[in-house]
Amino acid sequence: METDALITNQSEELDAIINKYPGEKRYIMAIMHDISRHFNYLPRQALEATAQYTGVPFSQVYSMATFYKAFSLVPRGRVHFKVCDGTTCHIKGSQIIIDEICSRLNIKPGETTADLQFSLETVNCIGACAIAPALLANGKVHPHLNAAGIRQVIAEYGGPEYGKKE
Amino acid sequence: MGKKSKRKQVLVCCGTGCIANGGLDVYQAFKNNPGGLFELASSDDIKATGCHGLCSSGPFVRILPDDITYCQVKAGDVEEIIEKSIKGNELIKRLLYRDPQSKKRVQNLEKVAFNSMQLKKALRNVGLINPESLQDYLDRQGYQALRKALKMKPEAVVQEIIDAGLRGRGGGGFPTGLKWKACQATTSTPKYIVCNGDEGDPGAFMDESIMEGDPHNILEGMLICAYTVGAAKGFIYVRDEYAGSVAALTKAISDAREHGFMGDNILGSGLNFDIEIVRGGGAFVCGEETALLASIEGNVGEPWDKYVFPTEKGLWGQPTVINNVETWSNVPLILLEGAKKFASTGTAGSKGTKVFSLVGKVVNTGLVEVPMGTSLRDIIFTIGGGVPGKRKFKAVQTGGPSGGCIPESLLDLKVDFDSLGQAGSMMGSGGMIVMDDRTCMVEVARYYLQFLAGESCGKCVPCREGIRSMLEILERICNGGGCLQDLDLLEDIGETVKTAALCALGRTAPNPVLSTLKYFRDEYLEHIVNHRCPAGVCKELSEFYIDAELCNGCGLCAKNCPVDAVQGEKKQPHVIDNSKCIKCGECINDCQFLAVKVR
Repeated sequence: METDALITNQSEELDAIINKYPGEKRYIMAIMHDISRHFNYLPRQALEATAQYTGVPFSQVYSMATFYKAFSLVPRGRVHFKVCDGTTCHIKGSQIIIDEICSRLNIKPGETTADLQFSLETVNCIGACAIAPALLANGKVHPHLNAAGIRQVIAEYGGPEYGKKE
Repeated sequence: MGKKSKRKQVLVCCGTGCIANGGLDVYQAFKNNPGGLFELASSDDIKATGCHGLCSSGPFVRILPDDITYCQVKAGDVEEIIEKSIKGNELIKRLLYRDPQSKKRVQNLEKVAFNSMQLKKALRNVGLINPESLQDYLDRQGYQALRKALKMKPEAVVQEIIDAGLRGRGGGGFPTGLKWKACQATTSTPKYIVCNGDEGDPGAFMDESIMEGDPHNILEGMLICAYTVGAAKGFIYVRDEYAGSVAALTKAISDAREHGFMGDNILGSGLNFDIEIVRGGGAFVCGEETALLASIEGNVGEPWDKYVFPTEKGLWGQPTVINNVETWSNVPLILLEGAKKFASTGTAGSKGTKVFSLVGKVVNTGLVEVPMGTSLRDIIFTIGGGVPGKRKFKAVQTGGPSGGCIPESLLDLKVDFDSLGQAGSMMGSGGMIVMDDRTCMVEVARYYLQFLAGESCGKCVPCREGIRSMLEILERICNGGGCLQDLDLLEDIGETVKTAALCALGRTAPNPVLSTLKYFRDEYLEHIVNHRCPAGVCKELSEFYIDAELCNGCGLCAKNCPVDAVQGEKKQPHVIDNSKCIKCGECINDCQFLAVKVR
């Protein structure tokens, strides 16, 4: 990424998010959740603003942002795949799904494609064990996947160039 | 219920599993009022409920009072259901549940083996009420337990919980009443009540279904505790992934406030109590109570040493009662039916029921609630319907990443807190994952260790370094580079971590390794000595082939192979081209004749 600074109206949006909460340490996580939802990741400037607002050292806010799995310090794709790798999904073949996504999109878990279309994350359990293996694409559940199924899902969200492997 | 019971009610399951299969579309289709449905029923009688339990056959539509349950319903079926079964009295056979044992279609799902062996206590309202409706909860004795408690002395309420023998359902199994009593005895104020809804065990969704399906029940449990220990503030810590739970709880809290069940001077008793929801950040260690408290305070979720229990010094150093979702949902029931009745179910050391999420390689996947002391065999084979297809049962994993794998020889084990511990596993929060012969036990151990390595907070050395070393060894074995000394080393490190780690996460982390080593040592040996993965999971150590004598050339595997590695003429034995094969196992899963084998 060339620059991490937010443009003007984004700064206003950021203020609006932060100001919803009292300026206390215990609201840091809630603020980060809302920022993450709005910007699709945690921009540095947003973390700095959060630290200042809650009166907590930036290093502590940063350590929370990296400790909790729900947060990402790099922008996520327009389509964010959360592949469930809970135990049930795992023994029903989630590794196959992850491998397929990695090889087709050329990204690893935690990464985003260069055109910001896709990002991949593995999560521990989405509570959908009865329909394993499953993945969430921008929050929508795709149940009972296999190697062929995940190709369809990729094609569905990314157009033909992602559907076929070079 | 009075006059209400004669009216037709439609319950549409909108639990996570059913939503993924189109449950919301079905609900919306009823709400669109096709064919003048609301001439018969008011819109309140069409309910989107929480999980029915039998997730593998959803979405469900249940019609009361006739008690007809239709399964795998699609939005397109709704008009027909209204015409035939709601306006008329006709059954639609094709939508009825087909009992896997008798092969017959069943009208009343409560009578099939999956349900008839269950005893719904914690889940008593889930699937029957609209979780968004306070009235629905009130109709089922909601907040009666609170009214009753408020008329009792706080000490008497605690005694009732102690007498009931309720133990913490989150996994620890600590007697809930004693926890309350300890907090009651402290004089320091303020005190806090916390609900642990950070259900982090992969493969478990019991708490989610209660939070989503019966949120007021949890609030009532917390209110009763607040009264007994004298707390004014409560927190519910929910995984952020559970958007439905957060929404249901938020609505429930605001409704409870509006109707005087929460806030100041609750029901005129002088009790002041309010609850705030805290969304978790997706860290498994936060299911550990001290880490969870640290997280609520706005810190990274690192556990602290429990020389002093949270009941004395918890949240912000103040006395805190922290219980799991399922524990809270048992509390109102104990007050309603009395400690004696509650304690009449279960075993000597574990009273009441336990909810399990029965998942994995089992026919009926979903949520089950059974009396403590039910055997694993009954849960997996009678309720669960056994392993699907012609596959063979291998193990059941209980207790999440901290639990262990239990082999077939121990299936008659009566499940309670103590028996599972003795078998080298644990109750945990109630995940129960069934594994068949297509599951590699070495890889399962590797999976859990990889999970725990990522979730170890890194504060203490035995957990941080021990898990990583064990993981390295297991990866080596799975890739074919293991040696026999590795097994001794694993046991050695495992015992050390078990003894020396700071919190329960670390102390139980070696369980998956030690239990698989104990019961499935031959699989480890097969990997190390013969460089072969019998289940065909470890890609480096397996190669698939088709047994020409068993293959009848149906072509299903060839059709489904994602890389066209299976070739052959129709009705002739097929062959696998191993240069193309990506070892995804699709062909093995497809084959009805068990012709695809692992070399």
